[in-house]
Amino acid sequence: MSIYWQILNIGIQNTLVYRVNFLARALFNLVPLVAFIAMWRAIYAGKTGDVSGYSLTAMISYYLLVTIVEAMTSVTEDDWQIAADIKDGHLSQFLTRPIDYLHYRFCLFCSGRSVYTVAAAAPVALFVFMQREHLVAPPSGTAFGCFLLSLALSAVLQFLLSYLVAMLAFWVLEISTFAFILLAFERLASGQMFPLDILPQWLSQAVMWTPFPYAVYFPVSVYMGKTTGIALAQGLGIQLFWVVATYALARLVWSRGLKSYTVVGG
Amino acid sequence: MLNQSIFRSAAADPRSPSAFATCGRYAGIYVALWRNSLVREMGFQANFLFWLFVELLWFALQLGFNSVIYLHTDSIGTWTKWEVVMLIGASHFIQQLFQALFLVNCAQLSELVHTGRMDFMLLLPVNTRFLVSVRHVDLGGFFSAASGLAVVGYAAHQLNVSPSLAQMLAFAALCVAAIVVHYSLMFFMATISFWTVRAQGLVMAYYNLFSIARIPDAAFRSTLRVIFTLAIPMLLVASVPVKVLVDRLDSPWEIILMLAMTLMCFLVSVLMWQLALRRYSSASS
Repeated sequence: MSIYWQILNIGIQNTLVYRVNFLARALFNLVPLVAFIAMWRAIYAGKTGDVSGYSLTAMISYYLLVTIVEAMTSVTEDDWQIAADIKDGHLSQFLTRPIDYLHYRFCLFCSGRSVYTVAAAAPVALFVFMQREHLVAPPSGTAFGCFLLSLALSAVLQFLLSYLVAMLAFWVLEISTFAFILLAFERLASGQMFPLDILPQWLSQAVMWTPFPYAVYFPVSVYMGKTTGIALAQGLGIQLFWVVATYALARLVWSRGLKSYTVVGG
Repeated sequence: MLNQSIFRSAAADPRSPSAFATCGRYAGIYVALWRNSLVREMGFQANFLFWLFVELLWFALQLGFNSVIYLHTDSIGTWTKWEVVMLIGASHFIQQLFQALFLVNCAQLSELVHTGRMDFMLLLPVNTRFLVSVRHVDLGGFFSAASGLAVVGYAAHQLNVSPSLAQMLAFAALCVAAIVVHYSLMFFMATISFWTVRAQGLVMAYYNLFSIARIPDAAFRSTLRVIFTLAIPMLLVASVPVKVLVDRLDSPWEIILMLAMTLMCFLVSVLMWQLALRRYSSASS
């Protein structure tokens, strides 16, 4: 355990070097959200009534929460770094050491996320503050507790999905195309661009069968009190299932990958 | 440390030939760079096709997002569904042409600085900015751009507009201006790497920033509208060409504003580049 504590520490120190970079990234990540909110304001101004049960305030709340969830959980460079480790042969040193590579990467992911969260805190807080009249409080303490739980699960899930894509580097030269395909599906199906329940029902139901909604949409809907009671327990169960499933798959792919792993040079 | 005078001698041909001969020489260099890119690209055919697929997927995603929005409304500000489809198509067309010609080069600028390979670029007897801006051509971008143009055409059909030749020429000219805006802004952001050395996430920053060009300008009001028109002209680059095509410009001044902003963006990037070169002090060696 203490080894991983050390890794976490080193990870934090290494990523602290990029704090200005993180700040810039956090700022640029706000740009599409500003655009989405402006667009919804214009839409609500031109019509009467709600959009699939979302009032303007609820809609803006949704995007503010997406911003917060994203800052705390999304994967930034980890997949590229893992793929580079595999391609450049840096992996070899982990095979001879008593460290589990997946756990090692997960520690680095956590340290990266914590530094990013701190760096992004100021711009995100300012952004949320500017729209503060639209940020609703969670309906109950339980909802907030469950939100935190699903937030943690969402981070693990997103890490594992990226880890799986990065594992492709065992077999293909360039993983960037795959990484962008994953990113496209995450954008559309995770609820980053719009709340999934404004989709036609058959489509939103179909999307719920994929792991993506459990990365963003589900935690946000828990916070907003849209998912409660049995649906909430069920949702957390499914989220946990996806974490376990992707973890098992990651292990399987790893052991397969090692069989075709070759190091050129030394 | 590299001496200032080297920059000057690198920028100007020592024999100072006529303007005509200079153009010819640069055209020759550019053709050679194209051939070079084509040969390299053909070495990775599967990768080439994969990227085409990824670009199409992202384009479809944006169009899908728009369809979802218009399930719940008839207009965004003054923009109807097919007008926004045309806006997304035009924005994709412009973005992909920019990507084909300049994006990789801008993204690699920080790499050149931090590895010190910029030294070699500065020593070659051509204009350095020309060289670092156009070294690679990403041919897939032209195919993706065609898909954007097809969507513009289909949206025009849906809107029942048949633009005149003059409108189409104006559209084409404004698209060129828009590409210059993309290039100038991206080049500006890339030159910041002369100070920070590493510019990770530059391409992501670009995509995030230019996603605004796909949102109808009417959605933005007051401060945001001013910022994204007069400081970072995102709300002009795709919407002015589209407005020309569907003949709904508020006034001809919009065209003039866009051209003025294009010129300004380019001049600012030139200024930034000169400042950056003064700052450059190689790496290692």
